[in-house]
Amino acid sequence: MSEEAILSVENLAVELPAGADRLFAVEGVSFEIRPGETLAIVGESGSGKSMSANAVMGLLPPGTRVAQGIAKLDGVDLFHLDEAGMRAIRGRRIGMIFQEPMTALDPLMRVGEQIAEVFEAHGLLTPAERRARALALLTEVGIPEPERAIHAYPFQLSGGQRQRVMIAMALALDPVLLIADEPTTALDVTTQAQILKLIKELQRKHGTAVMFITHDFGVVADIADRVVVMRQGKVVETGTAAAVLGDPQHDYTKALIAAIPTGHPEVAPPATPRAREIVLEVAGLTKTYTTSGGFMRPARVVHAVKSVSFDLARGETLGVVGESGSGKSSLGRCLVRLIEPEAGSIKIEGAETMGQSIGQMRQWRRRMQMVFQDPYGSLNPRSRVGRIVAEGPIAAGVPVKTAIAKAADLLAMVGLDASAVDRFPHEFSGGQRQRIGIARALALDPRIIIADEAVSALDVSIQAQVLRLLADLKARLDLALIFITHDLRVAATICDKVAVMQRGEIVEMGPVGQVFGDPQHDYTRRLIAAIPGRSESGPLGRVRAAGA
Amino acid sequence: MQTLWFLSSRLVKGILVVLAIVVLDFFLIHFAPGDPAAVMAGESGATDEIFLQQLRVKFGLDQPLMTQLGLYLWGVVRLDLGYSYRQQMPVLDLVMDRLPATLILTGAAFVFSLVIGVAAGAWAAANKDRPLDRAITTISLIFYATPLFWMALMSVLVFSVWLDWLPGFGFEEVGNTDNVFERVLDVSRHLVLPAVTLGLFFTAVYVRMTRSSMIETARMDFVKTARAKGLTEGVILRRHVLRNAVLPVVTLAGLQAGQMVGGAVMTETVFAWPGIGRLMYEALLQRDYNLLLGVFLVSAAMVVVFNILTDWVYRLVDPRIEVAR
Repeated sequence: MSEEAILSVENLAVELPAGADRLFAVEGVSFEIRPGETLAIVGESGSGKSMSANAVMGLLPPGTRVAQGIAKLDGVDLFHLDEAGMRAIRGRRIGMIFQEPMTALDPLMRVGEQIAEVFEAHGLLTPAERRARALALLTEVGIPEPERAIHAYPFQLSGGQRQRVMIAMALALDPVLLIADEPTTALDVTTQAQILKLIKELQRKHGTAVMFITHDFGVVADIADRVVVMRQGKVVETGTAAAVLGDPQHDYTKALIAAIPTGHPEVAPPATPRAREIVLEVAGLTKTYTTSGGFMRPARVVHAVKSVSFDLARGETLGVVGESGSGKSSLGRCLVRLIEPEAGSIKIEGAETMGQSIGQMRQWRRRMQMVFQDPYGSLNPRSRVGRIVAEGPIAAGVPVKTAIAKAADLLAMVGLDASAVDRFPHEFSGGQRQRIGIARALALDPRIIIADEAVSALDVSIQAQVLRLLADLKARLDLALIFITHDLRVAATICDKVAVMQRGEIVEMGPVGQVFGDPQHDYTRRLIAAIPGRSESGPLGRVRAAGA
Repeated sequence: MQTLWFLSSRLVKGILVVLAIVVLDFFLIHFAPGDPAAVMAGESGATDEIFLQQLRVKFGLDQPLMTQLGLYLWGVVRLDLGYSYRQQMPVLDLVMDRLPATLILTGAAFVFSLVIGVAAGAWAAANKDRPLDRAITTISLIFYATPLFWMALMSVLVFSVWLDWLPGFGFEEVGNTDNVFERVLDVSRHLVLPAVTLGLFFTAVYVRMTRSSMIETARMDFVKTARAKGLTEGVILRRHVLRNAVLPVVTLAGLQAGQMVGGAVMTETVFAWPGIGRLMYEALLQRDYNLLLGVFLVSAAMVVVFNILTDWVYRLVDPRIEVAR
């Protein structure tokens, strides 16, 4: 570890435009990365972790600027380079990959050309050689059928494949440093595991240093040698991965690690199991999408939900887990009939709801309410919060005044101030908005709440709070909860039983302990194996063992 | 193969659209007050009912409307658009005679507006919020807000009457030589004022569209990726931003191409340009049913063809379309 650092950042300060909530996005930040090492920069949204990386890359968003500090790469201060000097560094000495593989590639350009562009940007090789290198790179990052993929447009590749293309591009010129800005956050857990493995392999092979930005301590445990924990633009803790994860010094780090869903149920099952009172019975639920074929192309049939059956008792939480495209969200939407299933039976409190008229559906619709994933998109930005929460009851005929008054009570119940009634959604943070979403769902006195990825967009500490709130409300109001999530750790924390979905079907269902402790289906095993930081011998595992 | 299939399926739909428009136009024209017999009789000073009746029999106007429609459609299918009794010529010949002039005018105006509009829009976007950007957007707004006929008249006044740089009306000089080169040059000189006048209005729309689309595209993730590769701003702007930003402009241009045919009526009238726009105007004043229907049919067909072309171009510039169809 006595090796000279490849990149050393000292006392970095990034100034925000006037009128922002604070003066500096990043202040007094110092860290260094040695050859072949992985430094994880961890923090929640707004901690300044991405801002630090962008500053190093000279890609700060407009309005922000480096106010202070040095960033030495091979002895050259990056902050004092001009634009041309910086361009020579980008792509050649430092490669970068981003969070959203779906949008990080030019949709109109073939993948091969986009990789070849890296060589072109630095005036290297002939066009034919660039193409050959692009092909070799695609092969190296493990894209299937590279000869075909080189001609593919990004939309023809999956999220994981696009991220592989990004990695190929970032490593094309064998840079000394790879900056990976949340590169696996948008990916499914099994894809995430593959990408992390790929990054590690390539790093070992090329000796590249990696600056890995993430909010996920599980990923940190899997990949990092050293860790920098950031909060509100400042570094709060630095050290080796083992030290920071195993023996966190700062309260914030401790809180972050404690907030990681442990994978063990937190809520004890009711001491005296009452007679199971079934509130929801689903049998043979099926939804198929058919893409219209043309004269010459066959129609494609996608089974979004394929004869799904389960029942749910009062006070019970069912987790529905699976990767994107597994049909878990379609299932939720079929249940509340946002999309119309074509076959099956949905019985709420014993009454069949399939085949009912819209008027009849209204009766039971209030019994089953939904909380959505995106706390920013699911609240009408021009409505006051009180009105948003009261809208359901008002539509059901409750007088406006009564409904708004009740909305205030509900908002208090989900832990918001009573004054929230008169404010607008944009005045609230993501976690607070999700609380509003929950209050809205509760306003109609439902028996069943379906939460579709309700905490996926939230930071871990906020996630933990919202999960606690849901568990608490469930117990207090004796609700049945269907919790749809891609995050197995979250499911394990909050659910009584889980259903694992793959290609529209439930492949395995049972009590949480049983499914996760002794998975029977191969797909479940793969999902569990892919959870980052799961290894019990790793630093996080030891933390858990100690805390348990 | 796929392109052929795409074009032929669009063509079939297009033909159906044109026929539907013909039927609609047919009824609209016949429901409007007055008919060609009345206009002709009025011009010859005879208001005698018998004479009117004779004229109506001669033109087939005495038959039930549905029969007239059936006869007309049967003719259209055989590419016979009827006979213009006013001009004493088959409608198809009249229209085909005038069509090239209109195609030249609208084509030139279209290319002018698109090239200038996209270029100016991209230039404005690259200089966002600087004086140059403000100047470009303001000027384009002025052109957009100015009525077409006024701009046409003013351009004749300034460039033709006062400065005497360009001819203010007509398609070419009378009694021109047979020299092809001289003739092209002559037509081009005549083309400048009408094409630019017609084009400027549409330019403004493209400027604004390109500008906002470029600014939006510049914020996208893949632009950041391009920067992270070490590409220069110029290459990023041309290769990544402009190409993506131009997609909505292509859609708009396809729609505008149809509108341009409408704009051509005004422009052709002011500049005495011998195209179908002016033909339409004349036919309208004379209640020349067959000719009017013929012009409508041809302009509808032009719009349909423009739309097919737009979709085709769109498929060329956006590879995603083929699948998402």
